[in-house]
Amino acid sequence: MDKLLHLLSQNARMPEDKMAAMIGCSVDEMRAQIKAYERDGIIKGYTALIDYENVDPSKVTALIELKVTPKRDAGFDDTARKIAEYPEVDSVFLMSGSYDLMVMITGTNLREVALFVAQRLSALDGVISTATHFVLKRYKEKGVLFDHSCVDERGFVSP
Amino acid sequence: MIDYEKILSKKVRQIKPSGIRRFFDIAQTLENVISLGVGEPDFRTPWMIRREAIRTLEKGKTWYSANAGLVQLREAICQYTQRKYGLQYTPGQTLVTVGGSEAIDIAVRALVEPGDEVLIPQPSFVCYDPITSIMDGVPVVIETKAEDDFRLTPQALKEKITDRTKLLILPYPNNPTGAVMGREDLEAIATVLRGTDIMVLSDEIYAELTYGQRHVSLASLDGMYERTIVINGFSKAFAMTGWRLGYAQGPEPVIREMLKIHQYAIMCAPTTSQYAAIEAMKGCDDDVERMVEAYDMRRKLMVTSFNQMGLECFEPRGAFYVFPCIKSTGLSSEEFCERLLYDQNVAVVPGSAFGDSGEGFVRASYAASTKNLMEALERIEKFLRSL
Repeated sequence: MDKLLHLLSQNARMPEDKMAAMIGCSVDEMRAQIKAYERDGIIKGYTALIDYENVDPSKVTALIELKVTPKRDAGFDDTARKIAEYPEVDSVFLMSGSYDLMVMITGTNLREVALFVAQRLSALDGVISTATHFVLKRYKEKGVLFDHSCVDERGFVSP
Repeated sequence: MIDYEKILSKKVRQIKPSGIRRFFDIAQTLENVISLGVGEPDFRTPWMIRREAIRTLEKGKTWYSANAGLVQLREAICQYTQRKYGLQYTPGQTLVTVGGSEAIDIAVRALVEPGDEVLIPQPSFVCYDPITSIMDGVPVVIETKAEDDFRLTPQALKEKITDRTKLLILPYPNNPTGAVMGREDLEAIATVLRGTDIMVLSDEIYAELTYGQRHVSLASLDGMYERTIVINGFSKAFAMTGWRLGYAQGPEPVIREMLKIHQYAIMCAPTTSQYAAIEAMKGCDDDVERMVEAYDMRRKLMVTSFNQMGLECFEPRGAFYVFPCIKSTGLSSEEFCERLLYDQNVAVVPGSAFGDSGEGFVRASYAASTKNLMEALERIEKFLRSL
Protein backbone atom coordinates (compact mmCIF):
# COMPACT_ATOMS: atom_id res chain seq x y z
CA MET A 1 0.00 0.00 0.00
CA ASP A 2 0.95 3.61 -0.49
CA LYS A 3 3.19 4.71 2.42
CA LEU A 4 1.17 7.84 3.11
CA LEU A 5 -2.12 5.93 3.32
CA HIS A 6 -0.47 3.35 5.52
CA LEU A 7 0.81 5.98 7.96
CA LEU A 8 -2.52 7.83 8.01
CA SER A 9 -4.38 4.61 8.71
CA GLN A 10 -2.04 3.95 11.63
CA ASN A 11 -2.18 7.43 13.09
CA ALA A 12 -3.82 10.29 11.22
CA ARG A 13 -2.73 12.73 13.90
CA MET A 14 1.01 12.25 13.50
CA PRO A 15 2.63 15.69 13.14
CA GLU A 16 2.87 16.63 9.47
CA ASP A 17 6.62 17.23 9.47
CA LYS A 18 7.31 13.83 11.01
CA MET A 19 5.01 12.05 8.60
CA ALA A 20 6.54 13.82 5.61
CA ALA A 21 10.00 12.85 6.87
CA MET A 22 9.02 9.19 7.06
CA ILE A 23 7.71 9.21 3.52
CA GLY A 24 10.66 11.22 2.28
CA CYS A 25 8.86 14.22 0.79
CA SER A 26 8.16 17.83 1.75
CA VAL A 27 5.23 18.83 3.93
CA ASP A 28 3.70 20.73 1.00
CA GLU A 29 3.92 17.73 -1.31
CA MET A 30 2.32 15.59 1.35
CA ARG A 31 -0.52 18.04 1.92
CA ALA A 32 -1.21 18.15 -1.81
CA GLN A 33 -1.31 14.36 -1.94
CA ILE A 34 -3.73 14.19 0.99
CA LYS A 35 -5.96 16.79 -0.68
CA ALA A 36 -5.96 14.69 -3.83
CA TYR A 37 -6.89 11.56 -1.87
CA GLU A 38 -9.74 13.43 -0.20
CA ARG A 39 -10.95 14.86 -3.50
CA ASP A 40 -10.88 11.47 -5.22
CA GLY A 41 -12.80 9.84 -2.40
CA ILE A 42 -9.87 7.62 -1.42
CA ILE A 43 -9.75 9.13 2.04
CA LYS A 44 -13.32 9.23 3.34
CA GLY A 45 -12.62 10.83 6.68
CA TYR A 46 -10.67 10.75 9.92
CA THR A 47 -12.01 9.39 13.17
CA ALA A 48 -10.78 8.53 16.64
CA LEU A 49 -10.38 4.92 17.70
CA ILE A 50 -12.19 4.81 21.00
CA ASP A 51 -12.13 2.01 23.51
CA TYR A 52 -15.70 2.39 24.77
CA GLU A 53 -15.12 -0.11 27.48
CA ASN A 54 -13.15 2.58 29.27
CA VAL A 55 -15.91 5.14 28.75
CA ASP A 56 -18.87 3.05 29.86
CA PRO A 57 -18.44 -0.67 30.55
CA SER A 58 -22.10 -1.40 29.88
CA LYS A 59 -21.85 -0.16 26.28
CA VAL A 60 -21.97 -3.03 23.82
CA THR A 61 -21.04 -3.62 20.23
CA ALA A 62 -22.83 -6.23 18.17
CA LEU A 63 -22.21 -7.83 14.85
CA ILE A 64 -25.47 -8.77 13.15
CA GLU A 65 -25.77 -11.17 10.28
CA LEU A 66 -28.72 -10.53 7.99
CA LYS A 67 -30.19 -12.75 5.32
CA VAL A 68 -31.98 -10.60 2.80
CA THR A 69 -34.07 -11.25 -0.28
CA PRO A 70 -32.44 -9.27 -3.11
CA LYS A 71 -34.77 -6.89 -4.92
CA ARG A 72 -35.46 -7.11 -8.58
CA ASP A 73 -33.37 -4.17 -9.85
CA ALA A 74 -31.51 -2.86 -6.85
CA GLY A 75 -30.25 -6.20 -5.47
CA PHE A 76 -29.17 -5.70 -1.87
CA ASP A 77 -28.48 -1.99 -2.24
CA ASP A 78 -31.88 -0.69 -1.19
CA THR A 79 -31.97 -2.60 2.06
CA ALA A 80 -28.33 -1.89 2.83
CA ARG A 81 -28.78 1.84 2.29
CA LYS A 82 -31.83 1.93 4.50
CA ILE A 83 -29.91 0.23 7.29
CA ALA A 84 -26.96 2.55 6.84
CA GLU A 85 -29.17 5.55 7.49
CA TYR A 86 -29.78 4.58 11.12
CA PRO A 87 -27.39 6.61 13.29
CA GLU A 88 -26.89 3.65 15.64
CA VAL A 89 -25.27 1.68 12.82
CA ASP A 90 -21.47 1.88 12.59
CA SER A 91 -20.89 -0.27 9.52
CA VAL A 92 -22.79 -2.15 6.85
CA PHE A 93 -21.09 -4.60 4.54
CA LEU A 94 -22.36 -6.84 1.77
CA MET A 95 -20.83 -10.25 2.35
CA SER A 96 -20.11 -13.39 0.43
CA GLY A 97 -20.94 -16.67 2.14
CA SER A 98 -23.82 -17.89 4.25
CA TYR A 99 -25.45 -14.52 4.93
CA ASP A 100 -25.80 -11.29 2.96
CA LEU A 101 -25.35 -8.16 5.06
CA MET A 102 -23.19 -7.65 8.08
CA VAL A 103 -24.21 -4.78 10.31
CA MET A 104 -22.20 -3.47 13.25
CA ILE A 105 -23.87 -1.38 15.86
CA THR A 106 -22.93 0.08 19.22
CA GLY A 107 -25.56 0.60 21.88
CA THR A 108 -25.66 1.77 25.49
CA ASN A 109 -26.69 -1.69 26.69
CA LEU A 110 -27.68 -5.16 25.53
CA ARG A 111 -31.39 -4.39 25.65
CA GLU A 112 -31.05 -1.39 23.38
CA VAL A 113 -29.22 -3.41 20.77
CA ALA A 114 -31.64 -6.31 21.01
CA LEU A 115 -34.60 -3.97 20.55
CA PHE A 116 -32.96 -2.29 17.58
CA VAL A 117 -32.51 -5.65 15.88
CA ALA A 118 -36.04 -6.80 16.67
CA GLN A 119 -37.86 -3.59 15.88
CA ARG A 120 -35.80 -1.94 13.14
CA LEU A 121 -33.80 -4.54 11.29
CA SER A 122 -36.10 -7.56 11.38
CA ALA A 123 -39.02 -5.38 10.38
CA LEU A 124 -37.37 -4.20 7.18
CA ASP A 125 -38.85 -5.36 3.95
CA GLY A 126 -36.77 -8.19 2.51
CA VAL A 127 -34.99 -9.21 5.70
CA ILE A 128 -35.45 -12.97 6.10
CA SER A 129 -33.50 -13.62 9.28
CA THR A 130 -31.00 -12.11 11.70
CA ALA A 131 -28.30 -13.48 14.00
CA THR A 132 -26.80 -11.18 16.60
CA HIS A 133 -23.29 -11.66 18.02
CA PHE A 134 -22.07 -9.49 20.86
CA VAL A 135 -18.44 -8.44 21.06
CA LEU A 136 -16.90 -9.62 24.33
CA LYS A 137 -13.39 -8.24 24.07
CA ARG A 138 -11.36 -6.22 21.60
CA TYR A 139 -7.78 -7.26 20.99
CA LYS A 140 -7.00 -5.19 17.96
CA GLU A 141 -8.97 -2.77 15.82
CA LYS A 142 -7.93 -1.01 12.62
CA GLY A 143 -4.33 -2.08 13.13
CA VAL A 144 -4.13 -0.80 16.70
CA LEU A 145 -3.67 -3.16 19.62
CA PHE A 146 -6.26 -2.76 22.39
CA ASP A 147 -4.75 -5.54 24.43
CA HIS A 148 -1.69 -4.32 26.25
CA SER A 149 -0.43 -7.64 27.47
CA CYS A 150 2.02 -7.74 24.54
CA VAL A 151 5.06 -6.18 26.20
CA ASP A 152 8.51 -5.64 24.75
CA GLU A 153 10.50 -8.48 26.24
CA ARG A 154 13.85 -7.30 24.94
CA GLY A 155 16.48 -6.09 27.39
CA PHE A 156 16.89 -2.33 27.79
CA VAL A 157 20.39 -2.06 26.42
CA SER A 158 22.50 -4.41 24.33
CA PRO A 159 25.48 -3.93 22.02
CA MET B 1 41.00 -19.31 50.90
CA ILE B 2 41.72 -19.29 47.20
CA ASP B 3 42.99 -15.99 45.89
CA TYR B 4 41.16 -15.94 42.59
CA GLU B 5 43.05 -12.87 41.43
CA LYS B 6 46.15 -15.04 41.29
CA ILE B 7 44.42 -18.00 39.71
CA LEU B 8 42.45 -16.37 36.94
CA SER B 9 44.12 -15.69 33.59
CA LYS B 10 45.71 -12.27 33.63
CA LYS B 11 44.74 -11.73 30.02
CA VAL B 12 41.10 -12.35 30.74
CA ARG B 13 41.10 -10.26 33.89
CA GLN B 14 42.46 -7.34 31.95
CA ILE B 15 39.52 -7.33 29.56
CA LYS B 16 37.26 -4.40 30.33
CA PRO B 17 33.61 -5.26 30.89
CA SER B 18 31.30 -3.70 28.33
CA GLY B 19 30.50 -0.04 29.11
CA ILE B 20 26.89 -0.68 28.22
CA ARG B 21 26.13 -2.86 31.22
CA ARG B 22 25.88 0.12 33.60
CA PHE B 23 23.01 1.64 31.64
CA PHE B 24 21.19 -1.64 31.62
CA ASP B 25 21.40 -1.71 35.42
CA ILE B 26 20.12 1.85 35.77
CA ALA B 27 17.29 1.30 33.31
CA GLN B 28 16.09 -1.69 35.27
CA THR B 29 15.48 0.45 38.34
CA LEU B 30 13.30 2.96 36.46
CA GLU B 31 9.72 2.80 35.29
CA ASN B 32 8.18 3.66 31.96
CA VAL B 33 11.52 3.46 30.16
CA ILE B 34 11.53 3.69 26.38
CA SER B 35 14.63 1.97 25.18
CA LEU B 36 16.39 2.95 21.98
CA GLY B 37 19.39 1.10 23.33
CA VAL B 38 18.69 -2.33 21.97
CA GLY B 39 20.80 -3.91 19.25
CA GLU B 40 18.14 -6.27 18.01
CA PRO B 41 15.03 -6.09 15.81
CA ASP B 42 11.67 -5.34 17.40
CA PHE B 43 9.96 -7.64 14.89
CA ARG B 44 9.18 -11.21 15.75
CA THR B 45 10.82 -13.94 13.72
CA PRO B 46 8.65 -14.47 10.60
CA TRP B 47 6.03 -17.13 11.27
CA MET B 48 7.18 -19.42 8.42
CA ILE B 49 10.54 -19.76 10.16
CA ARG B 50 9.05 -20.40 13.58
CA ARG B 51 6.64 -22.93 12.09
CA GLU B 52 9.49 -24.85 10.49
CA ALA B 53 11.27 -25.04 13.85
CA ILE B 54 8.10 -26.33 15.51
CA ARG B 55 7.63 -28.91 12.76
CA THR B 56 11.12 -30.34 13.20
CA LEU B 57 10.74 -30.35 16.99
CA GLU B 58 7.50 -32.31 16.64
CA LYS B 59 9.29 -34.81 14.46
CA GLY B 60 12.01 -35.11 17.08
CA LYS B 61 14.79 -33.90 14.77
CA THR B 62 16.87 -32.83 17.74
CA TRP B 63 20.23 -34.51 17.17
CA TYR B 64 23.66 -33.00 16.70
CA SER B 65 24.21 -31.91 13.14
CA ALA B 66 27.47 -32.19 11.20
CA ASN B 67 30.08 -29.98 12.89
CA ALA B 68 30.02 -27.49 10.04
CA GLY B 69 26.23 -27.40 10.03
CA LEU B 70 23.46 -29.27 8.17
CA VAL B 71 24.53 -29.76 4.60
CA GLN B 72 21.07 -28.66 3.37
CA LEU B 73 21.51 -25.40 5.27
CA ARG B 74 25.00 -24.81 3.95
CA GLU B 75 23.75 -25.41 0.41
CA ALA B 76 20.90 -22.98 1.02
CA ILE B 77 23.35 -20.38 2.38
CA CYS B 78 25.55 -20.76 -0.70
CA GLN B 79 22.56 -20.25 -3.00
CA TYR B 80 21.49 -17.24 -0.94
CA THR B 81 24.83 -15.43 -0.90
CA GLN B 82 25.21 -16.17 -4.62
CA ARG B 83 21.74 -14.79 -5.36
CA LYS B 84 22.10 -11.72 -3.11
CA TYR B 85 25.74 -10.73 -3.34
CA GLY B 86 27.11 -12.69 -6.29
CA LEU B 87 29.45 -14.72 -4.05
CA GLN B 88 30.59 -18.17 -5.23
CA TYR B 89 31.10 -20.40 -2.22
CA THR B 90 30.69 -24.16 -1.80
CA PRO B 91 29.21 -25.86 1.28
CA GLY B 92 32.81 -26.87 2.12
CA GLN B 93 33.68 -23.18 2.38
CA THR B 94 30.71 -22.47 4.63
CA LEU B 95 30.65 -22.90 8.40
CA VAL B 96 27.46 -22.51 10.43
CA THR B 97 28.17 -20.91 13.82
CA VAL B 98 26.47 -19.86 17.03
CA GLY B 99 25.64 -16.35 15.88
CA GLY B 100 27.92 -14.07 13.93
CA SER B 101 29.80 -13.57 17.20
CA GLU B 102 31.21 -17.08 17.25
CA ALA B 103 32.25 -16.77 13.63
CA ILE B 104 34.18 -13.60 14.46
CA ASP B 105 35.80 -15.28 17.45
CA ILE B 106 37.02 -18.39 15.64
CA ALA B 107 38.12 -16.47 12.56
CA VAL B 108 40.36 -14.28 14.71
CA ARG B 109 41.59 -17.32 16.64
CA ALA B 110 42.38 -19.21 13.45
CA LEU B 111 44.51 -16.36 12.11
CA VAL B 112 46.12 -14.31 14.85
CA GLU B 113 49.45 -15.17 16.44
CA PRO B 114 51.08 -13.32 19.34
CA GLY B 115 52.21 -9.88 18.23
CA ASP B 116 50.10 -9.86 15.07
CA GLU B 117 48.36 -6.58 14.49
CA VAL B 118 44.64 -6.49 13.85
CA LEU B 119 43.25 -3.31 12.33
CA ILE B 120 39.93 -2.33 13.84
CA PRO B 121 37.99 0.64 12.47
CA GLN B 122 36.07 2.32 15.30
CA PRO B 123 33.38 3.17 16.32
CA SER B 124 32.36 -0.45 15.87
CA PHE B 125 30.87 -3.48 17.57
CA VAL B 126 32.51 -4.21 20.89
CA CYS B 127 33.99 -7.69 20.46
CA TYR B 128 36.92 -7.32 18.05
CA ASP B 129 39.35 -5.77 20.50
CA PRO B 130 38.97 -8.26 23.41
CA ILE B 131 39.05 -11.29 21.11
CA THR B 132 42.27 -10.03 19.55
CA SER B 133 43.76 -9.43 22.99
CA ILE B 134 42.93 -12.95 24.17
CA MET B 135 45.00 -14.24 21.25
CA ASP B 136 47.88 -11.95 22.29
CA GLY B 137 47.31 -10.04 19.10
CA VAL B 138 47.65 -6.27 19.06
CA PRO B 139 44.46 -4.34 18.37
CA VAL B 140 45.26 -1.32 16.19
CA VAL B 141 42.40 1.13 16.12
CA ILE B 142 41.61 3.11 12.98
CA GLU B 143 39.37 6.02 13.92
CA THR B 144 36.71 6.74 11.33
CA LYS B 145 35.30 10.23 11.19
CA ALA B 146 31.94 11.90 10.90
CA GLU B 147 33.19 14.01 7.98
CA ASP B 148 33.85 10.76 6.05
CA ASP B 149 30.41 9.48 7.03
CA PHE B 150 32.28 7.02 9.26
CA ARG B 151 33.64 5.10 6.29
CA LEU B 152 37.10 3.57 6.28
CA THR B 153 39.28 5.62 3.94
CA PRO B 154 42.26 4.16 2.06
CA GLN B 155 44.55 6.84 3.56
CA ALA B 156 43.61 5.97 7.14
CA LEU B 157 44.11 2.29 6.34
CA LYS B 158 47.53 2.81 4.72
CA GLU B 159 48.79 4.79 7.71
CA LYS B 160 48.20 1.88 10.06
CA ILE B 161 49.59 -0.97 7.95
CA THR B 162 52.92 -2.38 9.16
CA ASP B 163 54.92 -5.59 8.62
CA ARG B 164 52.99 -7.10 11.52
CA THR B 165 49.52 -6.42 10.12
CA LYS B 166 47.69 -9.73 9.87
CA LEU B 167 44.04 -8.88 9.66
CA LEU B 168 41.70 -6.03 8.84
CA ILE B 169 38.24 -6.02 10.41
CA LEU B 170 35.73 -4.46 8.04
CA PRO B 171 32.47 -3.91 9.95
CA TYR B 172 30.00 -2.54 7.38
CA PRO B 173 27.08 -1.83 7.40
CA ASN B 174 28.26 -0.49 10.72
CA ASN B 175 26.98 -0.80 14.24
CA PRO B 176 26.77 1.84 15.83
CA THR B 177 27.07 4.48 13.09
CA GLY B 178 24.87 3.00 10.37
CA ALA B 179 27.62 3.79 7.84
CA VAL B 180 27.92 1.65 4.71
CA MET B 181 30.77 1.15 2.26
CA GLY B 182 29.63 1.33 -1.37
CA ARG B 183 31.40 -0.40 -4.25
CA GLU B 184 33.72 2.57 -4.88
CA ASP B 185 34.66 2.84 -1.20
CA LEU B 186 35.44 -0.87 -1.12
CA GLU B 187 37.37 -0.69 -4.39
CA ALA B 188 39.65 1.94 -2.82
CA ILE B 189 40.28 -0.38 0.14
CA ALA B 190 40.88 -3.32 -2.19
CA THR B 191 43.50 -1.29 -4.06
CA VAL B 192 45.46 -0.87 -0.82
CA LEU B 193 45.17 -4.56 0.07
CA ARG B 194 46.01 -6.14 -3.29
CA GLY B 195 49.52 -7.51 -3.34
CA THR B 196 49.71 -7.74 0.46
CA ASP B 197 49.15 -10.79 2.70
CA ILE B 198 46.62 -8.98 4.84
CA MET B 199 43.43 -10.96 5.46
CA VAL B 200 40.05 -9.32 5.94
CA LEU B 201 37.27 -10.26 8.30
CA SER B 202 34.27 -8.64 6.66
CA ASP B 203 31.50 -8.51 9.24
CA GLU B 204 28.40 -8.18 7.05
CA ILE B 205 25.78 -9.10 9.62
CA TYR B 206 23.65 -6.07 8.61
CA ALA B 207 24.00 -6.74 4.86
CA GLU B 208 20.24 -7.08 4.29
CA LEU B 209 19.48 -3.85 6.09
CA THR B 210 20.58 -1.16 3.67
CA TYR B 211 18.49 1.73 2.40
CA GLY B 212 18.59 3.23 -1.06
CA GLN B 213 21.53 1.11 -2.14
CA ARG B 214 22.24 -2.60 -2.22
CA HIS B 215 24.94 -4.12 -0.08
CA VAL B 216 28.21 -4.97 -1.82
CA SER B 217 30.40 -7.66 -0.28
CA LEU B 218 34.12 -7.03 -0.26
CA ALA B 219 34.65 -10.67 -1.30
CA SER B 220 32.95 -9.96 -4.64
CA LEU B 221 35.72 -7.56 -5.69
CA ASP B 222 38.73 -8.59 -7.79
CA GLY B 223 41.48 -10.19 -5.73
CA MET B 224 39.54 -9.99 -2.48
CA TYR B 225 37.88 -13.43 -2.52
CA GLU B 226 41.13 -15.17 -1.59
CA ARG B 227 41.76 -12.95 1.44
CA THR B 228 38.26 -12.34 2.80
CA ILE B 229 36.27 -14.19 5.42
CA VAL B 230 32.67 -13.04 5.17
CA ILE B 231 30.66 -13.16 8.39
CA ASN B 232 26.90 -13.06 8.20
CA GLY B 233 23.95 -14.45 10.12
CA PHE B 234 20.25 -14.63 10.74
CA SER B 235 19.85 -12.37 13.77
CA LYS B 236 19.37 -8.99 12.13
CA ALA B 237 17.91 -9.71 8.69
CA PHE B 238 15.41 -12.34 9.85
CA ALA B 239 14.85 -11.06 13.41
CA MET B 240 16.33 -14.26 14.85
CA THR B 241 18.68 -12.97 17.57
CA GLY B 242 17.73 -15.55 20.18
CA TRP B 243 18.15 -18.47 17.76
CA ARG B 244 21.91 -17.90 17.86
CA LEU B 245 22.80 -18.66 14.30
CA GLY B 246 25.38 -17.17 11.98
CA TYR B 247 27.87 -18.31 9.39
CA ALA B 248 31.29 -17.71 7.90
CA GLN B 249 32.30 -18.16 4.27
CA GLY B 250 35.83 -17.91 3.00
CA PRO B 251 38.87 -19.66 1.55
CA GLU B 252 38.70 -23.38 2.23
CA PRO B 253 42.01 -23.60 4.19
CA VAL B 254 40.83 -20.90 6.61
CA ILE B 255 37.37 -22.36 7.09
CA ARG B 256 38.96 -25.78 7.69
CA GLU B 257 41.02 -24.46 10.62
CA MET B 258 38.06 -22.50 11.99
CA LEU B 259 36.04 -25.72 11.87
CA LYS B 260 38.58 -27.40 14.14
CA ILE B 261 38.10 -24.78 16.86
CA HIS B 262 34.34 -24.84 16.36
CA GLN B 263 34.19 -28.62 16.62
CA TYR B 264 36.02 -28.71 19.94
CA ALA B 265 34.43 -25.64 21.50
CA ILE B 266 30.87 -25.84 20.21
CA MET B 267 30.30 -29.15 18.43
CA CYS B 268 27.57 -27.72 16.22
CA ALA B 269 25.14 -24.83 16.12
CA PRO B 270 21.65 -25.54 17.53
CA THR B 271 19.97 -28.02 15.19
CA THR B 272 16.44 -26.63 15.56
CA SER B 273 17.71 -23.18 14.60
CA GLN B 274 19.46 -24.67 11.60
CA TYR B 275 16.31 -26.29 10.23
CA ALA B 276 14.41 -23.06 10.72
CA ALA B 277 17.17 -21.13 8.97
CA ILE B 278 16.77 -23.19 5.78
CA GLU B 279 13.27 -21.72 5.55
CA ALA B 280 14.72 -18.24 6.12
CA MET B 281 17.17 -18.66 3.23
CA LYS B 282 14.54 -19.97 0.83
CA GLY B 283 11.17 -18.42 1.53
CA CYS B 284 11.38 -15.18 3.44
CA ASP B 285 12.34 -12.46 0.97
CA ASP B 286 8.95 -10.79 1.37
CA ASP B 287 9.21 -10.70 5.15
CA VAL B 288 12.66 -9.15 4.97
CA GLU B 289 11.48 -6.59 2.44
CA ARG B 290 8.58 -5.61 4.68
CA MET B 291 10.87 -5.14 7.67
CA VAL B 292 13.40 -3.14 5.65
CA GLU B 293 10.64 -0.83 4.43
CA ALA B 294 9.48 -0.21 8.00
CA TYR B 295 13.04 0.44 9.20
CA ASP B 296 13.58 2.84 6.32
CA MET B 297 10.59 5.01 7.26
CA ARG B 298 11.65 5.13 10.89
CA ARG B 299 15.23 5.90 9.87
CA LYS B 300 14.08 8.98 7.98
CA LEU B 301 11.96 10.05 10.93
CA MET B 302 14.93 9.78 13.29
CA VAL B 303 17.46 11.58 11.08
CA THR B 304 15.07 14.44 10.37
CA SER B 305 14.00 14.79 13.99
CA PHE B 306 17.50 14.79 15.46
CA ASN B 307 18.63 17.38 12.96
CA GLN B 308 15.57 19.52 13.74
CA MET B 309 16.43 19.33 17.44
CA GLY B 310 19.90 20.63 16.68
CA LEU B 311 21.71 17.34 17.21
CA GLU B 312 23.55 16.94 13.95
CA CYS B 313 23.00 13.52 12.48
CA PHE B 314 24.44 12.21 9.23
CA GLU B 315 22.16 10.00 7.16
CA PRO B 316 23.00 6.38 7.87
CA ARG B 317 22.36 3.99 5.00
CA GLY B 318 22.53 0.71 6.85
CA ALA B 319 21.75 -1.26 10.03
CA PHE B 320 19.06 0.18 12.35
CA TYR B 321 20.90 2.91 14.21
CA VAL B 322 21.29 6.65 14.00
CA PHE B 323 24.39 8.21 15.49
CA PRO B 324 23.70 11.87 16.29
CA CYS B 325 26.44 14.18 17.51
CA ILE B 326 25.77 15.56 21.00
CA LYS B 327 28.84 17.79 21.31
CA SER B 328 26.64 20.91 21.12
CA THR B 329 25.19 20.04 24.54
CA GLY B 330 28.61 20.30 26.20
CA LEU B 331 28.04 16.89 27.81
CA SER B 332 30.14 13.78 27.34
CA SER B 333 28.39 10.81 25.74
CA GLU B 334 28.16 9.03 29.07
CA GLU B 335 26.78 12.08 30.88
CA PHE B 336 24.25 12.67 28.12
CA CYS B 337 22.99 9.10 28.26
CA GLU B 338 22.87 8.92 32.03
CA ARG B 339 21.03 12.21 32.43
CA LEU B 340 18.62 11.44 29.62
CA LEU B 341 17.85 8.13 31.26
CA TYR B 342 17.27 9.61 34.72
CA ASP B 343 15.46 12.77 33.54
CA GLN B 344 13.26 11.42 30.77
CA ASN B 345 13.53 7.63 31.03
CA VAL B 346 14.87 7.19 27.52
CA ALA B 347 17.76 4.78 27.03
CA VAL B 348 20.34 5.38 24.30
CA VAL B 349 23.91 4.13 24.22
CA PRO B 350 27.00 6.36 24.54
CA GLY B 351 29.12 6.36 21.38
CA SER B 352 32.18 5.95 23.56
CA ALA B 353 31.10 2.36 24.30
CA PHE B 354 32.10 1.58 20.70
CA GLY B 355 35.58 3.08 20.88
CA ASP B 356 37.13 6.40 21.86
CA SER B 357 36.26 7.92 18.50
CA GLY B 358 32.58 7.48 19.37
CA GLU B 359 32.89 10.11 22.09
CA GLY B 360 30.58 13.02 21.40
CA PHE B 361 27.95 10.78 19.80
CA VAL B 362 25.15 8.54 20.99
CA ARG B 363 23.61 5.51 19.35
CA ALA B 364 19.84 5.42 19.07
CA SER B 365 18.25 2.31 17.63
CA TYR B 366 15.12 2.62 15.54
CA ALA B 367 14.24 -1.02 16.00
CA ALA B 368 11.21 0.16 17.98
CA SER B 369 7.60 0.96 17.13
CA THR B 370 6.86 4.31 15.51
CA LYS B 371 4.73 5.18 18.52
CA ASN B 372 7.64 4.61 20.90
CA LEU B 373 10.06 6.45 18.61
CA MET B 374 7.77 9.48 18.51
CA GLU B 375 7.42 9.45 22.28
CA ALA B 376 11.17 9.05 22.77
CA LEU B 377 11.93 11.90 20.37
CA GLU B 378 9.52 14.15 22.26
CA ARG B 379 11.22 13.30 25.55
CA ILE B 380 14.69 13.89 24.11
CA GLU B 381 13.56 17.29 22.88
CA LYS B 382 12.25 18.09 26.37
CA PHE B 383 15.57 16.96 27.82
CA LEU B 384 17.53 19.22 25.46
CA ARG B 385 15.38 22.21 26.41
CA SER B 386 16.05 21.53 30.10
CA LEU B 387 19.85 21.71 29.67
